[in-house]
Amino acid sequence: MKEELQAIESEALAAVEEAEDSQALQEMKVKYLGKKGSLTTVLRGMGKLSKEERPVIGELANNVRASITEALEAKTEKLEREALDKKLETETIDVTLPGNPVHVGGRHLLTSIMEEIEDLFIGMGYEVKEGPEVETDYYNFEKLNLPKNHPARDMQDTFFITNELLLRTQTSPVQARTMEAYQGNRPIKMICPGKVYRRDTDDATHSHQFRQIEGLVVDKNITLSDLKGTLDVFAKKMFGKDRKIRLRPSFFPFTEPSVEMDVSCKVCNGEGCSVCKQTGWIEILGGGMVHPRVLEMSGYDSTIYSGFAFGMGQERIAMLKYGVNDIRHFYTNDVRFLSQYHQA
Amino acid sequence: MLVSYNWLRNYVNLDNVTPEELAEKITRSGIEVEGIEYLAPKSENIVVGYVKSCEKHPDADKLNLCQVDVGEESLQIICGAPNVGAGQKVAVAKPGAKLPNGMKIKKVKLRGVESNGMICSLQELGLDEKYIPADVAEGIFVFPEDAEVGEPVQELLNLDDAILDLDVLANRPDALSMLGVAYEVAAILDQPIELPDENLTVDESIEAKDYIDVKIDSIENNPYYGAFIIRDVEIKPAPLWMRNYLMASGIRPINNVVDITNFVLLEYGQPLHAFDYDQFGSKQVVIRQGKENETMVTLDDQERQLNENNLVITNGKEPVALAGVMGGADSEVTDGTTNLLLEAAYFDSASVRHTVKQTGLRSESSTRFEKGVDPNRVKRAGIRACSLLQKYANGKVAGSVVEVDALDKSEKSVTVTTAKINQRLGMGLDEKDVTSVLSRLQFEFSKNGEEIIVQVPTRRLDISIFEDILEEVIRIYGYDHLPYTIPQGWVQAGGLTDIQLLQREIKNYLSSAGLMETLTYSLTNEKDATRFLTPDIEEKPAYPVGLAMPMSEEHSHLRLSLIPEMLRVLQHNVARTQTDLAYYEIGKVFVSREEKVVNQPIENLHVAGALTGLWHNHPWQQEKKPVDFYVAKGIVEGLFAHLELDVTFVQTKMEDMHPGRCAVIKLNGKGIGYVGQVHPLTAKDFDVKETYVFEIDLESVFAVHQLAPSFTDIPRYPSVTRDIAFILDNDVPAGDVQAVIMEIGVPLVKEVSIFDVYQGEHMEEGKKSVAYRLLYQDPSRTLKDDEVDASYQEIIEKVNNQFGSYVRS
Ligand SMILES: [Zn+2]
Repeated sequence: MKEELQAIESEALAAVEEAEDSQALQEMKVKYLGKKGSLTTVLRGMGKLSKEERPVIGELANNVRASITEALEAKTEKLEREALDKKLETETIDVTLPGNPVHVGGRHLLTSIMEEIEDLFIGMGYEVKEGPEVETDYYNFEKLNLPKNHPARDMQDTFFITNELLLRTQTSPVQARTMEAYQGNRPIKMICPGKVYRRDTDDATHSHQFRQIEGLVVDKNITLSDLKGTLDVFAKKMFGKDRKIRLRPSFFPFTEPSVEMDVSCKVCNGEGCSVCKQTGWIEILGGGMVHPRVLEMSGYDSTIYSGFAFGMGQERIAMLKYGVNDIRHFYTNDVRFLSQYHQA
Repeated sequence: MLVSYNWLRNYVNLDNVTPEELAEKITRSGIEVEGIEYLAPKSENIVVGYVKSCEKHPDADKLNLCQVDVGEESLQIICGAPNVGAGQKVAVAKPGAKLPNGMKIKKVKLRGVESNGMICSLQELGLDEKYIPADVAEGIFVFPEDAEVGEPVQELLNLDDAILDLDVLANRPDALSMLGVAYEVAAILDQPIELPDENLTVDESIEAKDYIDVKIDSIENNPYYGAFIIRDVEIKPAPLWMRNYLMASGIRPINNVVDITNFVLLEYGQPLHAFDYDQFGSKQVVIRQGKENETMVTLDDQERQLNENNLVITNGKEPVALAGVMGGADSEVTDGTTNLLLEAAYFDSASVRHTVKQTGLRSESSTRFEKGVDPNRVKRAGIRACSLLQKYANGKVAGSVVEVDALDKSEKSVTVTTAKINQRLGMGLDEKDVTSVLSRLQFEFSKNGEEIIVQVPTRRLDISIFEDILEEVIRIYGYDHLPYTIPQGWVQAGGLTDIQLLQREIKNYLSSAGLMETLTYSLTNEKDATRFLTPDIEEKPAYPVGLAMPMSEEHSHLRLSLIPEMLRVLQHNVARTQTDLAYYEIGKVFVSREEKVVNQPIENLHVAGALTGLWHNHPWQQEKKPVDFYVAKGIVEGLFAHLELDVTFVQTKMEDMHPGRCAVIKLNGKGIGYVGQVHPLTAKDFDVKETYVFEIDLESVFAVHQLAPSFTDIPRYPSVTRDIAFILDNDVPAGDVQAVIMEIGVPLVKEVSIFDVYQGEHMEEGKKSVAYRLLYQDPSRTLKDDEVDASYQEIIEKVNNQFGSYVRS
């Protein structure tokens, strides 16, 4: 009997090895392990065995069954895998054909610049303030030390709506409004981004609408050195850590002293080139110490408080940072321009 | 202000500073030098020559054969200029010379005769045509007799000069004069200043008051008027050096009298006016306001209409000059003038500005009066001019000046301390650092303990407070010495407001949804300003805000909707074969409640989108999806889902939108925007194809939005779905039924979605089938079949009752 079982096992294992499809394996399962299969048939003779032989043969029979089952399963798996491989082979596609395009949108370049500047100053503890674009003469000019008939008013040509209403020519009225709201009794650290308007004919460097971002810090003991240090942080973050800044005296009615800030030209590294008109420096923004009259007009005691303010054109920053050569690109919204700079 | 480097050398020693270095220093100290221009490149081979003889060329009528002594040699030169003649001293370009226009001078033969050089005109020497005086504009230039033969013409004609172009801002009118610039440069270079010669030998036999009387009727606009009398002047060209300086400064020389007044104007910054005394028309100067309907003819031969806001100089009868702006034609100095009435006056800046604005006349004089002149230089300028007239026009200056003087010429004083300066600068300057700057600026000061009391010269009209002195100190001391610090002390957490964060979130969503942000103009044309108004957003009337004086019709009114300018953007791109476009913008619209705007309009932030062309395009797979209503609506729905706000869409009709494809977006029952297809006729107006737009008032969103959503637990019990297909009349909005199902189904029904819409074959005429999927769920337990069934039956029954529908079997 032992020999019979071993014969069945080797026959079955050989047959399984030979089998070519799952149909054949199924038949073999019936043939060797089924109710009428050869293994069952042999085991029917178990009753004739002695008590001592029975467990030995029983264990052997189980081993044979397990061995055949295992072989069947292994072969089944192998055949299935082969079938799958074959099927997958037929599913081969041309991977060089283009994929489905994804519609990518994005922010306008000026929005990206604005948010970058906002985040930079937020990181230094500034709040972001906004205000109306249709302003009163009072907040746009008078509160900023530009009384009616002041000669410096000619510096900005204004879109008037009525004698008292105008499109703001600068975002500084937001500073005036904030100072007034705080009633002279708390420090201020703010930036105010926004659209401004001037009577300029649109060309490569002028736009009747553009965007500014201005900053204001008021506290006890604010110094001109604080302005210089703050602008240096800004310039290095915006234009690269190797950039240097310099201040030049200038004139704005709402600051005294007033300065312009230049950044060393990154094209020539300060050596002089056509971008910086051979000077090695590029003018970026204006600023200064808040004029005592401006502080006083908004309720801040200028003997206790001092402050600095600065302001820049966002377009100018973007043009310098990205090499955009015509301000009109920002407002034409040509998709071929916008998609060069998109940033979700 | 054009500043001649050579002229400036008369007042300050510039030996150790090149024009470039000087320009850089001036810029760094506060007045931007916008450019440097050299009149002509250096040339050694152009010298003064003496024309010994001049004969006709043997073979050419129009050419002259000249023998010219140029110092060490004599050259035979053929010259075509008609004004050449023997005995002249002329500019000779010798062989080897290169003219500013690039021409190289060589020995040549002209019609068989040798020519060894060229006799030059001023143009050929590099002077700008428009500044060359009329009397020497034609032909070659002839030097005065005292020019030395063989001397290089470079210096004689000031061609070696460098012209610095200063951008003088409103605060520094003092720098609109050579003296002002000289004080500035002297301070920068720490050099002394040499003032011009104001010595005058008067002719005591002439008494000005015998010739003229001055009466001012408008003393607040004209607090000083000085009338100088100069007799027997000889009108001729001004000296060469003066003409050179004027040309370098961009002023064309005319004759000695006019040139001298212009020279002093540039030198002192004080405008002067010379009248022909014999043509003045009276012996009295009366300064008064103009009269209604009064007219006068100005120097430019224009008749000017006057009114009471114009200050005028009159001869007691009629106006002879617009004060500080322009003289009159009748009393102009001409070649026949022999006696002069010279005006040195102080006119109020506001008054002059008014006349300038009204007449549009802007002159070197008016510019200076408008910005303010030094009260202490008015009379001195008159004296300086008299001294020059005496010297260069042989005039006899009357022994006194007739003047009316109510001018405040006092100096202001400003008190500072070094400690306060250091506190504001954040520096540690010594007192002598401060006082040394004051000395360099030639500001007098005295000390009182810690205090430094500064006497501010009247030339510096911009200085009146502590901060002004502070600026002087740091700009001369140098901004480069300032340290870099960051404000210390008070700290706040910076950041964006909820509304600002929400705007960024909306931009994130729309950008991720595939839309590109645009930035358009707030100003549009009058017609478009009132287009695309959101229906029933406000019951009150909305008027657009118009500009008082627009620059163009395209930008005359503030927008009430973002859409028109966005359609224009689409048009721009479509015209450039960019046809598949999806744009969004966030910006303000401006709503006035008044037809005639008086108050500030309401500014509402809107978000808008505009889409056209294909939404998806996968060409080789033949998958093309054009933008349609549901694409646009999907973006809007997604936005509100993102913001966790429930909105509804209600069919609506509005101008400029497709009558059947437009929905008003409602939030809490209030219209806050719309979505739909642009009316084909409007689209045609804007030259765009089928276009879908949406626009939402964000102020309404901000009013209800909660920025931080609260946490909802993820359901732990299974949900059950049930589908129902209703046969509805075509005109029943599927969304209405959806809303009713939801209403009936709460709280068990969590979601109702539409998964199939069918119309057409096998469907009764005028009917449609809409299939809804209902999602039942309870967060706290597993639902039982019979309670779901009961709800389902209730929904079917009530919907059928309300909409006259039945369930599709
Ligand atoms: Zn450069």
